[in-house]
Amino acid sequence: MATNFEKVVSLARKNSIWPLPFATSCCGIEFMATMGSHYDLARFGSERVSFSPRQCDLLMVMGTIAKKMGPIVKQVYLQMAEPRWVLAMGACACSGGIFDSYPVLQGIDQIIPVDVYVPGCPPRPEAVLDGFMKIQDLVNAEGLRRRHSDQYKDLLAGYGIQ
Amino acid sequence: MTNETIKLRLTEKFPDVLTGWEEPYGMLTFTAPKDFNLKVLQFLYDDTELRFRFLTDLQAVHYPDRTGEELAVVYHLHNLFDNVRIRFKVFADITKPDVFSATALYQSANWMERETYDFYGVNFLGHPNLIRILNVDEMDYFPMRKEFPLEEQTRVDKDDEMFGR
Amino acid sequence: MSEHILLPEGSIEKQTTTLNLGPTHPATHGVFQNILELDGERILKSTSTVGYIHRAFEKIAERRPLYQITPLTDRLNYCSSPLNNMGWHLTCEKLLDVKIPKRVDYLRVIIMELARISDHLICNSIVGVDTGAYTGFLYVMQFRELIYEIYEEVCGSRLTTTIGRIGGFERNFTPKAFEKLEKFLDKKTGYPAQLKEFENMFTRNRIFMDRTIGCGPIGAERALNYGFTGPNLRAAGVDYDVRVHTPYSSYEDFDFIIPVGTTGDCYDRFLVRNEEMWQSLSIIEQAYRKVQEFKGAEAEVFHADSPAYYLPEKKDVYTKMEALIYHFKIVMGETDIPAGEVYSSVEAGNGELGFYLVSDGGRTPYRLHFRRPCFIYYQAFEELVKGGMLSDAIITMSSLNLIAGEMDA
Repeated sequence: MATNFEKVVSLARKNSIWPLPFATSCCGIEFMATMGSHYDLARFGSERVSFSPRQCDLLMVMGTIAKKMGPIVKQVYLQMAEPRWVLAMGACACSGGIFDSYPVLQGIDQIIPVDVYVPGCPPRPEAVLDGFMKIQDLVNAEGLRRRHSDQYKDLLAGYGIQ
Repeated sequence: MTNETIKLRLTEKFPDVLTGWEEPYGMLTFTAPKDFNLKVLQFLYDDTELRFRFLTDLQAVHYPDRTGEELAVVYHLHNLFDNVRIRFKVFADITKPDVFSATALYQSANWMERETYDFYGVNFLGHPNLIRILNVDEMDYFPMRKEFPLEEQTRVDKDDEMFGR
Repeated sequence: MSEHILLPEGSIEKQTTTLNLGPTHPATHGVFQNILELDGERILKSTSTVGYIHRAFEKIAERRPLYQITPLTDRLNYCSSPLNNMGWHLTCEKLLDVKIPKRVDYLRVIIMELARISDHLICNSIVGVDTGAYTGFLYVMQFRELIYEIYEEVCGSRLTTTIGRIGGFERNFTPKAFEKLEKFLDKKTGYPAQLKEFENMFTRNRIFMDRTIGCGPIGAERALNYGFTGPNLRAAGVDYDVRVHTPYSSYEDFDFIIPVGTTGDCYDRFLVRNEEMWQSLSIIEQAYRKVQEFKGAEAEVFHADSPAYYLPEKKDVYTKMEALIYHFKIVMGETDIPAGEVYSSVEAGNGELGFYLVSDGGRTPYRLHFRRPCFIYYQAFEELVKGGMLSDAIITMSSLNLIAGEMDA
């Protein structure tokens, strides 16, 4: 965060995050409650949720990811343009949740890098907003050059992403 | 229409074939040999007195101790006119679990049989599209059978002792 | 002078397009995939793939004592978890032969009908969203928040409630819960007023009617053959409702009608669900009045007297030996279940949710199967959309109220 230019860009980025709600199960309904008028995610700048990975900034994975769904999550992540962040909402997305069984992927961080984990089953909308604000803090603190750095490339290589 | 009359009609039509007559919690239950399942279902559908024309449920249970009859396919039928339910089982050998498919009679049996195949490996003869439905297509075993474990085996970070497996 | 590029004869006509209405959909319906073959905009064939959220509930249930299965049932139709929970408790009570007092039955009815309202509310407003009317959804979601508050007063959780115990509830309904219930039922500021407004927006709206009438119809015979139950079957003309045909939890004491449609298309399904919400409101009012009639000691009853399966009170656990033993056995999951097999069903948000429980006398079920209505009637989707247009397929999908958690279990 060296220059004033970076500060302006970070300010713009953090207040206009467009999430992609990748809702698979119960956490999706809690997300609908967060988007509703009572808890209102729109006041954080996410008025428009994009359903197209090409246009979104934040991938919010909500709900259990089964092994059948894993390649699809990865595909959606790959289609996102830099800079991209990932928020794992709910116990199932963080670590498999209460489903310690053969078809469930035990946490999405086995296939994609995750920035913020919001635990809960399902997490209350306040917890989701808290996680979202942590994403905003991350966006604010990130410089313009992180995505080109070697450490980031190594992180992605660890997941098998070029 | 009581359980007695249903039992009477069925034993009239299929003498000495149906066994295992029970009434757990009020629901009449009986067993038929594997090859008779469609005949019994068709009779229960067509008969003007019995009229069991709604297939509520179709699934299987694995009894590894009953050698020669390990897989039980259980049908739950409902007569909506007189509001009566019955349960009907067929047993199949696990080495050759071929059972005739009820899809021609009940469209709802289509996916229920696919699910039973996916979980237990029961091969339904005459099914239009018997492939896996809920599990991944590449899976090569039938997970609900008693010998297979629940958890994913490749996981390294969960300690078996602490997690009570 | 422009040159026209002439395509060779027969190159693009008479060829169908394959469209993947993939597992990631906008409008959060759930994860299932439909591969559609389109001729222009008409659908010729559709192949559905499910299983994208298969979590192996039935296998997990074979490892867990009866109480630990209640959180699993929550996650079946997660829009109306209390209905699933109550269904499971009723199955266990049938197997364990536990008699439930009337007051508990009436309290259960209140919770179940609230859950039914919350499920139908989402379904109808999402049909509105899919036809392009987003505002209806925002208006009714506010009342879903009120329902969540009532659940929180009783069991502490909003969405996946795990409400109740085998034999009743974990605690008596506080006066605050009844206050919130009255606020919800208030004719001027509560849900009835909002439902009236929602109805005014949609039921006789020209655009909505044109979009939904004739879209995805199914006849009664076909629907029965496909195993339809619930509002989808009632929209097709068959008045089958588990609450009336096999009454459970004292439903026979209540006075309500079963709304029935004629053609089974999306408009009929919308109207049936709408009317069911009105009927549920009436049932809740009747149940609330009946609960208020219990006075004195009877008003404190919130569970059955079944020490082997219902956790004893803490003061008894610290002073009496039997209570201590029961507490230990229940919490550690060491109570043996009697052997036998039972099938029990409830009228869930989507239809007949059945539980087939086979027990061999051990501590966990030998086999537990969920008869999931969504899974069974989704098979008919191909037949419903054949010959229709793509946008009609979207509306049909949302009006069938497909919940992926229930489909895949």
